Amino acid sequence: MFEYAPAPESRSVVDIKPSYGLFVDGKFVDPTDGGSFKSINPASEEVLAEVAEAGAQDVDRAVRAARQAYERVWGPMPGRDRAKYLFRIARIIQERSRELAVLESLDNGKPIKESRDVDLPLVAAHFFYYAGWADKLEHAGFGANPRPLGVAAQVIPWNFPLLMLAWKIAPALAAGNTVVLKPAETTPLTALLFAEICQQADLPAGVVNIVTGAGDTGRALVEHAGVDKVAFTGSTEVGRAIARSVAGTRKKLTLELGGKAANIVFDDAPIDQAVEGIVNGIFFNQGHVCCAGSRLLIQENVADRVLESLKRRMAQLRVGDPLDKNTDIGAINSAAQLERIRELSDAGSAEGAERWSPPCELPERGFWFAPTIFTGVTQAHRIAREEIFGPVLSVLTFRTPAEAVEKANNTPYGLSAGIWTDKGSRILWMADRLRAGVVWANTFNKFDPTSPFGGYKESGYGREGGRHGLEGYLNV
Amino acid sequence: MSERVAVRKTYKLFIGGKFPRSESGRSYLVQDANVSLASRKDARDAVVAARAAVKGWAGATAYNRGQILYRVAEMLEGRREQFVALGVPADEVDAAIDRWVWYAGWSDKLTQVYGGANPVAGPYFNLSAPEPTGVVAVVAPEAPALLGLVSVIAPAIVTGNTVVVAASPTAPLAAVTLAEVLATSDLPGGVVNILTGRLPETVPTLAAHMDVNAIDLTGVTDASLAADLEVKAAQNLKRVLRPAPADHDWTADPGITRMTTLLETKTVWHPKGV
Amino acid sequence: MTATATSARSDLSELGRSETALRTFLHGLPGVDQVGAEQRAAQLGTRSIKTTAKAQAIDLAIRMVDLTTLEGADTPGKVRALAAKALRPDPADPSCPHVGAVCVYPAMVPYVAEVLRGSGVHLASVATAFPSGQAPLEIKLADTRAAVEAGADEIDMVINRGAFLAGRYSEVYDEIVATKSACGDAHLKVILETGELATYDNVRRASWLAMLAGGDFIKTSTGKVPVAATLPVTLVMLEAVRDFRAATGRQVGVKPAGGIKTTKDAIKYLVMVNETVGADWLDPDWFRFGASSLLNDLLMQRTKLTTGTYSGPDYFTLD
Repeated sequence: MFEYAPAPESRSVVDIKPSYGLFVDGKFVDPTDGGSFKSINPASEEVLAEVAEAGAQDVDRAVRAARQAYERVWGPMPGRDRAKYLFRIARIIQERSRELAVLESLDNGKPIKESRDVDLPLVAAHFFYYAGWADKLEHAGFGANPRPLGVAAQVIPWNFPLLMLAWKIAPALAAGNTVVLKPAETTPLTALLFAEICQQADLPAGVVNIVTGAGDTGRALVEHAGVDKVAFTGSTEVGRAIARSVAGTRKKLTLELGGKAANIVFDDAPIDQAVEGIVNGIFFNQGHVCCAGSRLLIQENVADRVLESLKRRMAQLRVGDPLDKNTDIGAINSAAQLERIRELSDAGSAEGAERWSPPCELPERGFWFAPTIFTGVTQAHRIAREEIFGPVLSVLTFRTPAEAVEKANNTPYGLSAGIWTDKGSRILWMADRLRAGVVWANTFNKFDPTSPFGGYKESGYGREGGRHGLEGYLNV
Repeated sequence: MSERVAVRKTYKLFIGGKFPRSESGRSYLVQDANVSLASRKDARDAVVAARAAVKGWAGATAYNRGQILYRVAEMLEGRREQFVALGVPADEVDAAIDRWVWYAGWSDKLTQVYGGANPVAGPYFNLSAPEPTGVVAVVAPEAPALLGLVSVIAPAIVTGNTVVVAASPTAPLAAVTLAEVLATSDLPGGVVNILTGRLPETVPTLAAHMDVNAIDLTGVTDASLAADLEVKAAQNLKRVLRPAPADHDWTADPGITRMTTLLETKTVWHPKGV
Repeated sequence: MTATATSARSDLSELGRSETALRTFLHGLPGVDQVGAEQRAAQLGTRSIKTTAKAQAIDLAIRMVDLTTLEGADTPGKVRALAAKALRPDPADPSCPHVGAVCVYPAMVPYVAEVLRGSGVHLASVATAFPSGQAPLEIKLADTRAAVEAGADEIDMVINRGAFLAGRYSEVYDEIVATKSACGDAHLKVILETGELATYDNVRRASWLAMLAGGDFIKTSTGKVPVAATLPVTLVMLEAVRDFRAATGRQVGVKPAGGIKTTKDAIKYLVMVNETVGADWLDPDWFRFGASSLLNDLLMQRTKLTTGTYSGPDYFTLD
């Protein structure tokens, strides 16, 4: 056997401080009415840092700083100068990408190869892309003189901490808004390092403010009367609550919520690439992906063959130390998330689906879940309807293209879908009928700053990325 | 010979291409006529009709939808006097006709204006195109009775949505008469459904309905009702068009936001290889 | 074995009898998406193989090298020196394994055979009018028989790409069958010349065609056209041998050849073998590298691992 020796990425490249304050008006400050919480490494349960928890007054202070920066500096600044700040930020992210990638993997639990090869390149690309829009907004198709909204309140999830920050901050700033951003309570550290990058870029004080905390902090932020825009990525449940809380206000809202994507494999698919796509679709980032291909729909006449290939491929997945460069599946982000994955998986077994995982040794400490598939799943099973947000795949079969569409669309969600077939006209026929904001044909989980991303139905509204991503931050 | 006794019109609802009375058997007196007083059940029936019409209407070609909207303009032109007789100013009728023509032309252009190819950094074909969101509940403005109504219906349906419209409670006759125009314009039944009656009775049902994809609150003037409807709409994350300001100028260029708010952008990726 | 597998096996053996059956079968294989295959290959290339794993991989790679010279200027002296190097790649270190085989033109086989006799290092000869294959069949078969008679125990034949691209699959099939028969006990490696096949779909079909016709190994390239072995081509071929064994029970080897120059490259291939077909193929009997300059880089890296110091080309023999 060819055993790969441990190949750990050095964590000495990043200097984690014992404690972090809030980033308000260009400075790190202590909370006035908040407390603090600890951010841990989910792969070891070791405490990484103590982080300030912003209270309502702290949020207010941040919103006022953002307002002032909007009115006095960022709003009046010519687009070409805003662009230069964003380009500068993009460059610093590239220069410090190793440090950011290691910190992301430490705080989040995702494999270093993903933070290094996917997250960080996309983060830098996103800032580059929107930087270029800052002085071209009148050409973006939203009228001759599109105006920013003002102060944007942004609440982001823990699955792609820095990438979601980029998706939120880059278009907001390009369009001329200032922001108050709340990172997730389990993954605040790269956002705080980003705050240092803003300082390094000499970004004017108050343009970007980072308030750390949990649900209460987020609520205080989105409900603050001084914000003009709310952008949220996270669960549908919280998204619904936010939609209610902004009802009757002037606040413009963008929501990027849950999903239960169908990944549909036809009998004429390029099977080996489809299997890669299935694996990437559900096991990328431990399945902590809103657009994960969590429902595999296989044409019944090739189901056995595809499943056999899939199982063989899954046996190659390397689960373990996120900092090991050969790790494919890292740690589950938190004890709470692990509990949810376990609960839903147990429900899958209890409801009669057949559970399978490859032989897989999990570390003692930290939060881990083996890559898992359930076969014999029907549309009625909870694991076919509820978002698990973990490395758990539900496998269903279909007989005809129409049945595949019907099953794929039979969900309140509508974020993404996958189609695998060698027949071009079938791809287009399917793509027309799938009620999903992103359709990946013969590929899956691909992202690009130029490509709009967002859902139908209860997966949210508004698009992030591309020209469309500007619309949510402009008064159109 | 005695003078001929006129045949009066019964003003009914417009659901699924038909003109039923309210299932509740009620009417209310407005504009000197007995107008159907739609119930919650009528609202639900209208949603069913609108949903049933989505597949055919969204699946029609953009050219076909444009032809039909233009046909509406033609039919309306032929019935100018009828609307004038209802008290709609002649220039408003003209503006309403022109608005149908304007939106008819958008049917096969919006996808080009609002969608397009995305130059992703990789060997992929990547295309974004807007699609209709589905069933849209629309609260028409109180006034102007015809131009306001046309200005909320046309942008919703031109892209392939179907609508359930709560007509102006105080000036519903233009809405019912417009339904007669629509019924003779090759518009498939169920694409436009019109409810007359009291907003607080029908609109909350529509706002809370889980098979409605979006709600246009343009005609809601009561701020607290608007907020309440938006809260209800959040249950299934309906797309929301908020109420229009009281001083909204209905004669101005409408822009495209009304259309785009009721659209979903779908982005399709495919590898490029041999 | 299950009844299904048995019947599949007999079905496949019938394919060569009919052009139509062969075509239907080859065109019924699943397609290969170029972008997806290349991405998978690139991903495998990012594995980080260090320390003990690297040492293990280097020794394995040395044992898998088909040390090759295929030049018009080859002479008895040149190939003897190469054969000597094959036996003792690192004269300074007796723990260094010998290579898998020496690969030469038929005319050079007798000189190499003298050196290798009884060593366990195989002697491969290209044949069948290598590299173009553009000669009458009798000549190709005579070429093959001559090489075997002169002492080659492995024959690297080229397929008729022209016939393959023109869709004359039976012709290609029959040539391979005939060559296999001319080989006698010698192992037959079938060179697909993937650089000329242009698409991965063709690579997959040609792989199956070669296996169905009895090839013991499938090999990427002659090294004589601009595009030689690549990771994704090898990936597609590995998938083919994996699926062929599942369908027939017979294991076929894979040999990427040409363009593999560094230890880093070789390790990427080994990772790909490991994660695509598994340990059964991690053996010189089932995987080979057709290469020449690769060996010296492997030796330099090997020395680095044992001594901790980077070596230089002056410290290794040039042959």
